[in-house]
Amino acid sequence: MERFIDLIKVSKVFSENTVVLDKVDLYINKNEFLTLLGPSGCGKTTTLRIIAGFERPTSGDLQFEGRSILNLPPYKRPVNTIFQKYALFPHLNVRDNVAFGLRIQKMDEKLIKTKVEYMLSLVNLAGYGRRRITALSGGQQQRVAIARALVNEPEVLLLDEPLGALDLKLRKEMQLELKHMQQELGITFVYVTHDQEEALTMSDTIAVMNDGRIQQIGRPEDIYNEPKNAFVADFIGESNIISGFMPRAFVVEFSGASFDCVDKGFGENSPVDVVIRPEDIKLRPAEDCRLKGIVDSVTFKGVHYEMIVSAPDGAKWKVHSTKQAPAGSAVGLRVGPDDIHIMKSGKLGFGETTGGG
Amino acid sequence: MRGRNIKKAAYPYILWTALFVIAPMFLVMANAFSAADGSFTTANFARAFEPIYLAVMWRSVELAAVCTAICLLLGYPAAYFIARLRLKSRGALLFLVIVPMWMNFLLRTYAWLTILEKNGVINSALEFLGLPKLNLLYNSGAVVLGMVYNFLPFMILPLYTVLEKTDGTLVEAAQDLGASRAGVFFRVTLPLSLPGVLSGVTMVFMPAVTTFVESNLLGGNHFILIGNLIEQQFLTVYDWRFGSALSVILMLIILISMGAAELAGGAGEET
Repeated sequence: MERFIDLIKVSKVFSENTVVLDKVDLYINKNEFLTLLGPSGCGKTTTLRIIAGFERPTSGDLQFEGRSILNLPPYKRPVNTIFQKYALFPHLNVRDNVAFGLRIQKMDEKLIKTKVEYMLSLVNLAGYGRRRITALSGGQQQRVAIARALVNEPEVLLLDEPLGALDLKLRKEMQLELKHMQQELGITFVYVTHDQEEALTMSDTIAVMNDGRIQQIGRPEDIYNEPKNAFVADFIGESNIISGFMPRAFVVEFSGASFDCVDKGFGENSPVDVVIRPEDIKLRPAEDCRLKGIVDSVTFKGVHYEMIVSAPDGAKWKVHSTKQAPAGSAVGLRVGPDDIHIMKSGKLGFGETTGGG
Repeated sequence: MRGRNIKKAAYPYILWTALFVIAPMFLVMANAFSAADGSFTTANFARAFEPIYLAVMWRSVELAAVCTAICLLLGYPAAYFIARLRLKSRGALLFLVIVPMWMNFLLRTYAWLTILEKNGVINSALEFLGLPKLNLLYNSGAVVLGMVYNFLPFMILPLYTVLEKTDGTLVEAAQDLGASRAGVFFRVTLPLSLPGVLSGVTMVFMPAVTTFVESNLLGGNHFILIGNLIEQQFLTVYDWRFGSALSVILMLIILISMGAAELAGGAGEET
């Protein structure tokens, strides 16, 4: 894979000194599916708009194949965008919306017709060419937006929360379809979302953003299994994050007990954050475990039950299990060395339990 | 319950319309189709189609069309410009568009008289510079100038309303698909603003085709538009029947032109 798009120390400061992006370094490989993931206001959409050319960074550089394109206006960049609310032209029908970019290129009308028909069949909208945009459902409008962008055969497709307005079932279908198209057509996708599950499902690479910075970048598996800091752990999947203490390598103390772990390199006698995924905690009889508590509540989640367990030290543990322990019962919590993720001590306080979206 | 109350609130307006819009229309119709002895006739209409009156009607439509076109050409860029300003400056400029309307329309037209007349502001200035005086008044140019001046706000306001609401992401989408600034304007902004163009054209053309003030003051006694003709029939000649027939024809002219404009606008939207 070759380096394709390069953001070099890109900063964006809006008036009143709001720093939206803070020296972001990011490169995107050719044919990669890269997702910018983060909560609203983290700078992911601004990053996308800078690549598209709708925003100019306050400082830093943006390069395509090693050449700066900061001074190229949006209409000269080899990218196309799928907008959050589709931004379809209401005065044009489906076919003319899709043909918009080709007509600007002054392509032969016959060729346009063939390309538009092909693209509409690709997004399962064959025969919809003459329909008005306003007569389409949200999912159909979404497909028109995809067709309108892809028909131009862009080298890069930028997608700004394109599935946000769709219902869950349609969203899942479109996720797979988009991923399929990306692989089929060999286009580089830069995808913006706040939905961590979507990001995990579709991406080759995820860049988790917060406060205008990239918190972690890597393969979905690595981001999920080895979150670099408490924010990432909290945002990706659900997590129990508690304060702990590492007397030495491979040993961590939290909730009044000492545990073996697989992490090192935090120095001796250092405070740390301990992250444990709810699905990694196993329920055992109380007398068998060093961690124990009383079940506060049980919620059925479909595949599993979610139980909140109150520990004697006040910590509340979130546990996912296919078996339920009734509320009020005393249980033991078992975690293996592999299930304990250690990260540098952050801002989260002792015993806080948080769940990502 | 609520619906019924709202319906009741509309009664005064319905009464108003019945008394002052619908009833007079019937009176005009009745007058237009009656002879001096009260019997039914189409003679009033036949008279209206004599060449001399047809020429007046044609001139009225022509001048109104010219006035509407000039208002559109001046008003569109103005509305586009104002709609793109920051909020504060927008208010100030819209205020300037509206302010002349605070003054009576007749007075504003009289003001043009003093500017254009033989010893008016412009000719005095020309004389001062040693240049020959110009005949600025009592021609169709002066009439059109007066109409454009009076009706321009009616073009700018609806255009501004539509342009101000243009969805910025559509502009971005067009740029993203390769459209230059001109491309964005002609392919997206202009077509989307057609409803505003349509209401602006309607709001200017209607008063322009019926006006008699500008033609009277700025066009002089011999400059007759259909509005003046009707005014004369009612106030000078006292031939209400012929005046009514002319009024009915004027209403038809407006109806047909608006229908045509609507069709053109609708067709633009379909493609």
